[in-house]
Amino acid sequence: MSFQPYVPPEQLTKDRSEYARKGIARGKSVVALEYADGVLFLAENPSATLHKISEIYDRIAFAGVGKYSEFEDLRIAGIRLADVRGYSYGREDVTAKTLANAYSQALSTIFTQQMKPYEVEILVAQVGDEPSETSLFHILFDGSVADEEGFVAMGGQSEELTEKLQAAYRSGQPRDAALRIAVEALSSAEDGHAVDPARLEVAVLDRSRGRRKFHRVGADEVASALAGSLS
Amino acid sequence: MSGNLPGFPGSPDAAYPLGANPSFADLVRATEGPAAAAAPMGQLATPGSGEPLRATHGTTVLALNFADGVVMAGDRRATEGFLIADERIEKVFPADDHSAVAIAGVAGQATEIVKLFQTELEHYEKVEGDGLSLEGKANRLAQMIRQNLPMAMQGLVVVPLFGGYDLRHARGRIFRYDVTGGRWEEADFHANGSGGIHARGTLKKRWRSQLSRDEAIHAAVEALYDAAQEDAATGGPIPSRGVFPSVKIIDAAGVHTVGDDELRTAAESVMGEQAQSHKPVGASGAREAEEPD
Repeated sequence: MSFQPYVPPEQLTKDRSEYARKGIARGKSVVALEYADGVLFLAENPSATLHKISEIYDRIAFAGVGKYSEFEDLRIAGIRLADVRGYSYGREDVTAKTLANAYSQALSTIFTQQMKPYEVEILVAQVGDEPSETSLFHILFDGSVADEEGFVAMGGQSEELTEKLQAAYRSGQPRDAALRIAVEALSSAEDGHAVDPARLEVAVLDRSRGRRKFHRVGADEVASALAGSLS
Repeated sequence: MSGNLPGFPGSPDAAYPLGANPSFADLVRATEGPAAAAAPMGQLATPGSGEPLRATHGTTVLALNFADGVVMAGDRRATEGFLIADERIEKVFPADDHSAVAIAGVAGQATEIVKLFQTELEHYEKVEGDGLSLEGKANRLAQMIRQNLPMAMQGLVVVPLFGGYDLRHARGRIFRYDVTGGRWEEADFHANGSGGIHARGTLKKRWRSQLSRDEAIHAAVEALYDAAQEDAATGGPIPSRGVFPSVKIIDAAGVHTVGDDELRTAAESVMGEQAQSHKPVGASGAREAEEPD
């Protein structure tokens, strides 16, 4: 039996938080904002196939920032949980709240009990039939959950992004207007250099769609929406 | 919360082997034990002891290729022994955006397999980020039917037809199965279930390559009508109560359900054609000759 030196919990938590924050700050950001028909997600992502934003269930989407392997792990676990729930009970019984709780528990356990915390921040979003039924759960590396309203910014430049969005965000805007606000915020947070539209990953949870509300907005659609701002 | 699902991050068994298994059927079996996911359930009814199990049966289903894809259809009757259990049951289900399953056999078991299959395809698509190939879907269904074999031995037989539009090869394809999970691709058409043999006879006469959509619907409705005439367990159209066969079209744009108005027209045209060829011609029929005066 080897003795471990005593480390006060405050110190342990501080060290781990710092480690996780540093990891997250190195990565690109993700922005999510509510618009007239649902929730719009935007990320700067050089890869067209390794996604930061994806579908979990009919009305629920997931976005992650930080270390890819870790949020991918959480994404797949979420799909597994949601599909088992929906299969065992009913499709309507799968909610973002259930997922947010599961993620929170999992991240909190990992934060306190594993060698290193996950260097991730995730967002679980859900749309309902009415705009008031939208929920955005922002979950941090230590398992803390925030129930957000309007918009969420995560990742490297989350503070700058939140500031920009606070100034520009209006509720109930059409999709393209929301997209332009998000792109502008992302560009100005990146030291003002315009983000290349080809490197944008854009998706929506659109409540006007059929059973599966999640939809990836293609590069052409993004380009034409952004062109609207120039003319 | 997170502990109730094997492999959730943070739980002791969280370490995946290389690559997460994208199969939902495997997951649900691991989660709920062997009773779930149409897995072998052990003895359901001991053969030869007392009452045979009375399960609801669905009957005739068919699929045929046409110019733009595949038409899949089924009659609407479900039986329990000699009773009609349901006159409006659905036997053709969309499996995903570009494929559908039509099932003949024990209805309860069939709908469960369909639900599992639908979830399986969507789960794979979400985990992997891309859908399975049509070939992959057909193989997965074969494995599920094979897993149902112990139930089939107990009499809970489920035999599906699988049809879809293969986006990679730009054509409609049909797969038929047997109870052991055997899988064969059919080039033209197939029908199974209790009236399948009769429906096949009609399709053999009516099918040709590059049928139009309307011709294919007509052939499907006619085949089901003929099957209903020959097989007690297959239901024919009942225009007075708005019961028509269910017909789905699968083409490059997706899976579409043919509306009742169109089916009413097709059914009436089939019935009209048959009535036309059975007009009484005097009293020379064999039946009348046998009747005593």
